[in-house]
Amino acid sequence: MRHDRDIGALRHVHRPLKHDAADRHVQGSAPYIDDIREPEGTLHVAPGGSPVARGRIVRLDLDAVGTAAGVVAVLTAADIPAVNDVSPVAGDDPLFATEGVEFHLQPIFAVVAVTRDAARRAVAKAVIEIAEETPLVSVDDALAADADIMPDYAFRRGDSAEILQNADRTLEGAVRIGGQEHFYLEGQAALAVPQEDGTFTVHSSTQHPSEVQHVVARVLGIPDAAVEVEVRRMGGGFGGKESQASHWAAMAALAAKVTGRPCKLRLDRDDDFAMTGKRHDFLATYRAAHDVEGRLSAVEVGFASRCGYSHDLSSSINDRTMFHADNAYFYPNVVIHSRRMKTSTVSNTAFRGFGGPQGMVFAERLMDRIAWATGRDPLDIRYANLYGTDDHNITPFGMTVEDNVAGEIMRRLEASCDYRARRSEITAFNASSRVLKKGLALTPVKFGISFTTTFLNQAGALVHVYQDGSVHLNHGGTEMGQGLFVKVAQVVAEEFGIALDRVRITATHTGKVPNTSPTAASSGTDMNGMAARNAAAEIKGRLAEFMARHWQVPVDTVQFRNDRVISGENVMGFAEAVKKAYLARTHLSAAGYYATPKITWDRASGTGRPFFYFAYGASCSEVTIDTLTGEFTLDRVDILHDVGRSLNPAIDIGQIEGGFVQGMGWLTMEELVFDARGRLRTHAPSTYKIPTARDVPADFRVAFFDDANREDTIYRSKAVGEPPLMLAISVFSAIADAVHALRPGRAVVLDAPATPEAILFACEAQLAGGS
Amino acid sequence: MTGHSRQRPLRFVHQGRVVEIDDLPPMTTLLDWLRLDRRLTGTKEGCGEGDCGACTVALGRVKGGRLVYEPANACILLLGQIDGAELVTVEDLAAGGHLHPVQQAMVDHHGSQCGFCTPGFVMSLFTLYQDGCVAADGREAVLTRIAGNLCRCTGYRPIVDAALDACSQPANDRFVTAAAATTAMLADLADETDLFVGDDNSFFAAPASLDALCALTMRHPDATLVGGATDVGLWITKQLRTLPKIIHTGRVSELRRLDQGTDGLAIGAAVTYAEARGALAAVDPDIGVWADRLGSAQVRAAGTIGGNIANGSPIGDSPPLLIALGATLHLRHGGKARSLPLERFFLAYGNQDRAAGEVVTHVTVPRPEAGEHIRAFKIAKRNDQDISSVMGALKIGLDGCRIASARIAFGGLAGIPRRSETVEAALIGMSIDDEAAVAAAVSRIAGDFTPMDDHRASARYRLTVAGNLIRKALMEIATGSRGETRIAHLREAHHAA
Repeated sequence: MRHDRDIGALRHVHRPLKHDAADRHVQGSAPYIDDIREPEGTLHVAPGGSPVARGRIVRLDLDAVGTAAGVVAVLTAADIPAVNDVSPVAGDDPLFATEGVEFHLQPIFAVVAVTRDAARRAVAKAVIEIAEETPLVSVDDALAADADIMPDYAFRRGDSAEILQNADRTLEGAVRIGGQEHFYLEGQAALAVPQEDGTFTVHSSTQHPSEVQHVVARVLGIPDAAVEVEVRRMGGGFGGKESQASHWAAMAALAAKVTGRPCKLRLDRDDDFAMTGKRHDFLATYRAAHDVEGRLSAVEVGFASRCGYSHDLSSSINDRTMFHADNAYFYPNVVIHSRRMKTSTVSNTAFRGFGGPQGMVFAERLMDRIAWATGRDPLDIRYANLYGTDDHNITPFGMTVEDNVAGEIMRRLEASCDYRARRSEITAFNASSRVLKKGLALTPVKFGISFTTTFLNQAGALVHVYQDGSVHLNHGGTEMGQGLFVKVAQVVAEEFGIALDRVRITATHTGKVPNTSPTAASSGTDMNGMAARNAAAEIKGRLAEFMARHWQVPVDTVQFRNDRVISGENVMGFAEAVKKAYLARTHLSAAGYYATPKITWDRASGTGRPFFYFAYGASCSEVTIDTLTGEFTLDRVDILHDVGRSLNPAIDIGQIEGGFVQGMGWLTMEELVFDARGRLRTHAPSTYKIPTARDVPADFRVAFFDDANREDTIYRSKAVGEPPLMLAISVFSAIADAVHALRPGRAVVLDAPATPEAILFACEAQLAGGS
Repeated sequence: MTGHSRQRPLRFVHQGRVVEIDDLPPMTTLLDWLRLDRRLTGTKEGCGEGDCGACTVALGRVKGGRLVYEPANACILLLGQIDGAELVTVEDLAAGGHLHPVQQAMVDHHGSQCGFCTPGFVMSLFTLYQDGCVAADGREAVLTRIAGNLCRCTGYRPIVDAALDACSQPANDRFVTAAAATTAMLADLADETDLFVGDDNSFFAAPASLDALCALTMRHPDATLVGGATDVGLWITKQLRTLPKIIHTGRVSELRRLDQGTDGLAIGAAVTYAEARGALAAVDPDIGVWADRLGSAQVRAAGTIGGNIANGSPIGDSPPLLIALGATLHLRHGGKARSLPLERFFLAYGNQDRAAGEVVTHVTVPRPEAGEHIRAFKIAKRNDQDISSVMGALKIGLDGCRIASARIAFGGLAGIPRRSETVEAALIGMSIDDEAAVAAAVSRIAGDFTPMDDHRASARYRLTVAGNLIRKALMEIATGSRGETRIAHLREAHHAA
C-alpha cells in the first residue's frame, strides 16, 4: 500500500485505525436496540401474520389473543390513527393487512404484552380464516400470468436484432440467479418511547432514520417534527434495514401510542426471514452475436425479477441491474430490457449491490459462453470486450466511461496471481483426474457510485466544539459495522489537527441532522465525510479568523496541527484557543452540507450521467468440484480492488473481504426455497446457510489497486461498501469452468446458487447424450 | 418430589460465587436468565436456535481431572443444564482495565465490524485459548472451533488471524491463575444428589443415577427427556411448546460412561459428541471428519449420541453411521433392560421402539474386523454445521477382491435411517474392481428408497448422490486411496486409506 504522498502530512487519514467501537464490541458493551436499558413499564410487541400467501380474510377472531396471559393490547389496522402504510415510495405496504393478504406471514395484527414471550405465545391463539387464492410464487408464475408490478423499462442502442439475424456466430441462453437473505446478525428491532404532548422517541435499527421518522409520523398522523429517531449502531444492515426497518418501528410506535407506554419490538429470527424482503432473484434470458475473436457485436438481454407483493425499492433496484448488465464490457448494439414481476411473496428490497450484482452475473456468464463457443480462454474473451478509454467507452445508458482502469487491474492481477501458469496446471490436472475437476476464473468489477435517484445524493453533518476543545460529531450516516463513524471522525480530527480521541462520535439522530438519505449505495463516507469536513472547516475558519486577530497575523498563516494552533512563532494549544475564541464570542458549532456534483439522470429519456464515478476491482478464484457429489472447495482467491486512496486501509480491507465472502455465499450456498403455496422453507440459519469460516480459502490474497480517485472525493478515496460483493462472481464462473472441463466446448448449464445439487446436475448435463 | 429424600436445587459458579436457584420455571433458557433476569446484555440473541453462535458462553467443568472450558449456545441451553459448571460470559473476560488476550487480538486484527456476533466469537476463542497452545499452523483447529459462529461482515479472515495470534501461546490469564480454586469450588458442587426444582406438576430434574432416572421416568412418563437440548431447546424457543416436566440426563453417572472394551465401544446415552469423538475417530479417519462436521463445537459439547438416536430424526447423523458399523442399542424401562440392533429401533417416521418412560442407556459399537473397510460421507449445502441432505456410511468386508459383506446405511433418504438392503445383497460376491458390475448393483438403490423433495435437496439428487457415494467408497477401497476422490477439506484429516 503506497500513501507516500500524503502520509507524511496527514495524521489520521489513510491510516489503518481500528473501528471506533472495537474495544466495546469485544466486551459486549456496545449496546444494540435490545440492549438499551428499558424504561420502567416497557411492553413487548409481536406481530401475527397470515397463514397463507394469498387470499381474502374471511374471519379474524382475536378474542383468545386478547385474554391470553400477560396481554395488554391487540392491534389491528383499526387502531391506526392515520395512514395504514409503511412503504418507502409507492404507498402499497400496509402496516397491517386488512381485507386481502398478499404473502405468507404478512402482518395482520400485533400483540402487546408484558413480556416478549407472552406476546409471542399469544400470537399463536389467533383464529384466522382466509379464502385462499392461488399464489404467484416464482418469477415464472408471474411471467405466465403477465403479472408486472410496474411498467417495464429498456435501454437500447443500435440495431441488435438486425445484427443477430445476420451474424455468423450467435448464442442464446438463460441463467437463473437466486435471491439472498441479508442475515444481519441483529434482527429488526425498535423501541418507541412516548414523550410529552403526543411526541415519540424511536430507537430503531435502521439505515434510514429519516424514513423511519416520516413513516411513524404518517402512520400516527403527527408532524415529522413530533418524532425523533435515533440509531447508534446496527448489528449489520446490508440494505435490509434501508426501507424495511420502518415497518417494525411504526408497529412499536403504534403500540406506544395505544398503550401510552414504551414498547419494544424485536423480531424473532424466523419472523424476520418471513416478514422482510430479500435480494431479488432473477431470470435473465439473452442472445448475442460475436466475431471469431469473441468480440461482441450485439447483445440482447431480458431480465425478469421477483419483486414480491409491493413496489418497495424495486424500481431503482431493477434499474441498477440494467445499469450493470454491461459490467466492464462494451456492447456496441444492445437491448437491455427489464420486467418487474409481482408475486405473492414478501416485498424484495435493497441488498448490497442493489440489483447490480445480478446484472453482472449475466455479463460474466455471457463472457463464459463466448469462451466455450470459441475455445478461447475466458480471460481473453473478457479482455477483448472491455470498455476502451478513448472509444468503445459509452455505456448502454449513454454515460461515457472516463475513468476506466478495469483492464489495468485485470492485467496486474493476471500477473500477480500467475493466471496463465495455473491455467496450464489445471488443464493438466483435469486431464488426469477422474472424479475431481478444477476450475479457474478471473473476473472484473465496475460499479457505478451514486444513488440513481439523484436527489438522494446529499448529506448533512453537525459539529460542535466545546470549551475544552473536545468535539461532538454528528452526521446523517448510520453505522452498521462498515466503519463509517471512524472514517468520518478521522476526517474531522484531521481538519482540526487534533487527536482522534478528542472527537466524540455520536448516534445518528433526526433531531440533529434532518432530511437525511439512507446510508446506502456505498455513499456513506463520500457524502457524510464531505459534509462533516465542511462543517469542521467552517468552525476552523472562524477559529482561524479569531486567532489571526488575536495574534495580529494574516488569517492564511494560521494552521491547525498536532493539537495546536500555529502561526509562525505563535503557538497555542487547541483547547486554549477554543476557550479564548468562546470568551470572545465565536460561534463554535456548524452544520455542514454536501451534494454530489456532476450527476444528472433523466429516467424518462434514459439520458444523463447517473454516476459520479465507477469503483473497480478484479478477482481470480480457483475451485475444485467433486463430480460425484457436486461438493466444491474454493482453493485460492486473489483480489485487486480499487478504493481510490484508502481513507482507512484496515476498514477497507474488511469491506473487501467481507463483501467477497457475502457474495460467495449468495452464489454458492445461500438458497431461498419457497414451496408451491408461497411459504419460505429456508427461514432460519438451520435451513438457510451463510458461509462459515471454513468456506473462506486459506489462500486468500487481497491487495489495493492504490490509485487516487480522479474525481474530487473525500481525500480521493472511493466508495467500498458494495463493489467487493461482486468480486465473488469469479467463484461462480470458476465452478462453471470446472464443469466445462468434463466436456469442453459444450455450454455449461448452471444456475446460481451453485449448490452441490446444482453442480452435480450441471455435471450430468455436461456429460449427457454422448459426444 | 415426594418419596425422594436426597435432592437439591440448581447450583453453579458465576463470577467467582456459587449461584443457587430453587425457583426455576423449567423451560428457562440460559440466555433469558442472563439477559432478562441478570440484565447481562453482552451475550446476544442472533437466531434463538443454536445456529449462529452470537449467544456463545463458556462452561467450565472438571473433566479427566482438568478444568475444561467448552462453548455453549445459551439460547437453547436450559438453565438447569449448567448445574455444577462454571459459567463465563463475555462480561467476565476483561479485568483491571485490560482486555483479555483473545479480546485484544480481535481488536488488533480488526476482527469486528458490526460487533453483534463478536461476543460469541470471543467466547469460542476463549475456550480455544483455555485449551492451551494451538500450533501456529493450527488453522484447522481454529476453523473447527468457530464453525458454529456466524459473522456476516468480516469474511472471517481477521477472526482466524486473531485466533492464531491469541491462542498460539500457553494460556495465561486469571482463569488459569484461578483454576485450582475454581476446580475446588466445582468439586464442592459435584455430588450424587438428585437435582429437582419444582413440584410434581412442573419441574426441572437432573437425577444422578440410572435408578433415580428410571424411577422418575416411570413416575412421570409424560416428562420430556433432555440430553443436550440441542433439539428440545428449539421446541421451546421456536415451536413455543409448553414443557412442564423436564428430566435432564446429563448427571446420570451410568449414562456418562464411555468404555473401550475388547470387542468394541460402549457409549453411554449422555456422552456428548465431543466426548465420544476420540474413540469413534479411532475406528476410521472418515469418522473423525464426520465428528468435526456434525453440528458445531457448541452443539457437540452439549448434544449427545443417545439423544440423537432417541430423538428418532430421519436426518440425524449418528444413526446411519452406527447402523453401518453394526451397533446395538440398549434401553431400560423401570428395572427391565433390553437390547436390539440399532436399525430395528426406528420403526417409522416419528415412531421409535421406545415405551413411555423407557430410556436409552447406551449403544455398543463392534470393532471392525480385519478386511472390513469403513466409509462415512456427509452431504450438505455447507461443510460445517449443516443438516445433511444425505448421510451415508458403509462397512464393506473384503475377501481378497471379493465383496464378502456389506452394511450400507443412509439418512435423508427415508422417514427413518435405513440400510440399502437390495444394493448390499447385490454387491456381495462381486469383485470390487469390476466397475460395470458395481454400477449395476448400485443402480438398484432406487428399489431401496423413495426419498422426498424438500428445501435441502430434491429426491433425484438424494438418490443420485447416494448411489454415487457407494461407487466412490468402493472405488476408494479398491484403489486403497482417498486422495483422488475427496475435495481438500474432506481429505486433509485423512492419513490412511
